[in-house]
Amino acid sequence: MNETGNDVSAVVDAMARLLDLELTDDSRPVVIAHFDIATKMAKGLMEFPLTDEAEPAPVFTP
Amino acid sequence: MTLSFEASSAASIARAVRAGETTAVDMVEASLARIVALNPRLNGFTAVVADRARGRAAAIDARRARGEALGPLAGAPFAVKNLFDVAGLPTLAGSKINASQAPAAADATLIERLEAADAILVGALNMGEYAYDFTGENQHYGPSRNPHAPEHMSGGSSGGSGTAVAAGMVPLSLGSDTNGSIRVPSSFCGLFGLKPTYGRLSRARTFPFVSSFDHLGPIARSVEDLALSFDAVQGPDPLDHAQARRAAEPTFASLEEGLGGLRIARAGGYFASGGQPEAYAAVDVVAAALGASRVVELPEARRARAAAYLITMAEGAALHLDRIRARPGDFDLDVRDRLIAGAMIPAGWVVRAQKFRAWYRDAVARVFEDVDIILAPSTPCRAPRIGQKDMTLDGVEMAVRANLGVYTQPISFIGLPVVGAPVWTPGEALPIGVQIIAAPWREDLALRVARWLESRGVCVSPTARR
Repeated sequence: MNETGNDVSAVVDAMARLLDLELTDDSRPVVIAHFDIATKMAKGLMEFPLTDEAEPAPVFTP
Repeated sequence: MTLSFEASSAASIARAVRAGETTAVDMVEASLARIVALNPRLNGFTAVVADRARGRAAAIDARRARGEALGPLAGAPFAVKNLFDVAGLPTLAGSKINASQAPAAADATLIERLEAADAILVGALNMGEYAYDFTGENQHYGPSRNPHAPEHMSGGSSGGSGTAVAAGMVPLSLGSDTNGSIRVPSSFCGLFGLKPTYGRLSRARTFPFVSSFDHLGPIARSVEDLALSFDAVQGPDPLDHAQARRAAEPTFASLEEGLGGLRIARAGGYFASGGQPEAYAAVDVVAAALGASRVVELPEARRARAAAYLITMAEGAALHLDRIRARPGDFDLDVRDRLIAGAMIPAGWVVRAQKFRAWYRDAVARVFEDVDIILAPSTPCRAPRIGQKDMTLDGVEMAVRANLGVYTQPISFIGLPVVGAPVWTPGEALPIGVQIIAAPWREDLALRVARWLESRGVCVSPTARR
């Protein structure tokens, strides 16, 4: 478990199976470390209040 | 008149070529000779298009001999980050994998436009793999080195674009900047770099990274060259879906208008913490010269960086997912493992980050109601040594590769135009850059301020001594 309360390594292993991505012994801890950074980045972002009407920035112009 | 090629700007080369004081052929030969002499040690170029450059130079000289008018960059050699398509070359984007692709059929739009201004392409430049990099290192092609101290990083991902210009191999290069990849090498190599407003310049026929944030722009040793080249490449191009429907807004004519009436502040809070003292000292020098004592806050800049980080991971991973599956062993390992982690990011995080992006854009727009220019550090430190993996910033140990863009990411996240300007401290071998940030579409103001600083000697970009 990391400090955000997520079992990051379990998520990474599951997602690797779902996405058919091979994790070697060398790369697995590095991927977990990168994903752990992402979870910390996301925590602060997801706590920020936004309205339901807030539009995502990219606009598709047909 | 004898022109010192390596010390000359593109503008001064063009003036001399137009005046008949030198020739385009001589300038191209000087550039090629300098590449031959310096590139084996500095590793800025991955391809040199000597025959093409010589042919174009001869054609430009012939047009002058016939009395034809020449363009604003006449005879000035330039080079491009190797994610730009160059007809006849595979578009490497710093990768081993792309080397097996078919050669590009045509040049990128921005190359066409610089050559329409009579600049001359001499080659393609080294870069971090697939632009996911701030160091200028590359496991396949070797690091592009910092000409001012070759054991140090050039900065990335437009590393070769910094190396080639700082070494005087060319006066002008093009790079790309998704999260800081023009501004970081400009900071480390002591150069002026322009990251224009998002959507300003066509990205057609360049290899992408993160469509939400990808920008192209010039790097040079003079602000005049930034303005001339920027003006030459502006204008609509239907081939880039994200380009704004906006006419060209030339900047060169107003370059010497000075500071009159401009409200200039420095960014506090997030941008005044988390770095080494030299990063703030550089902003002090520039702010003092400009008489900018006011401090403004860009609200939620830390969250902005986090949102940029997540969108980059997710979009970058989506772009490369098939390649990660098919050829995992052919990636730069530092890049591959970040991309694999990016492929696992939940959609809700990314959508939330894009919603936050719109919120942050509006919040920063309100800050720009009271100021015209905001100053901030370009990088948290001077160029680390090549191979350095970790660094300590503000007492916190962190990875070099992912964190050199802490001050650039919250700015490119909302596409603000920035000129990176170099500051040198007596006794230090390496420079560090300051971001001169303007409101959307006001590249002209950032360039004016940079030019004023250059003209007073506050920010200068000397060619590295051999």
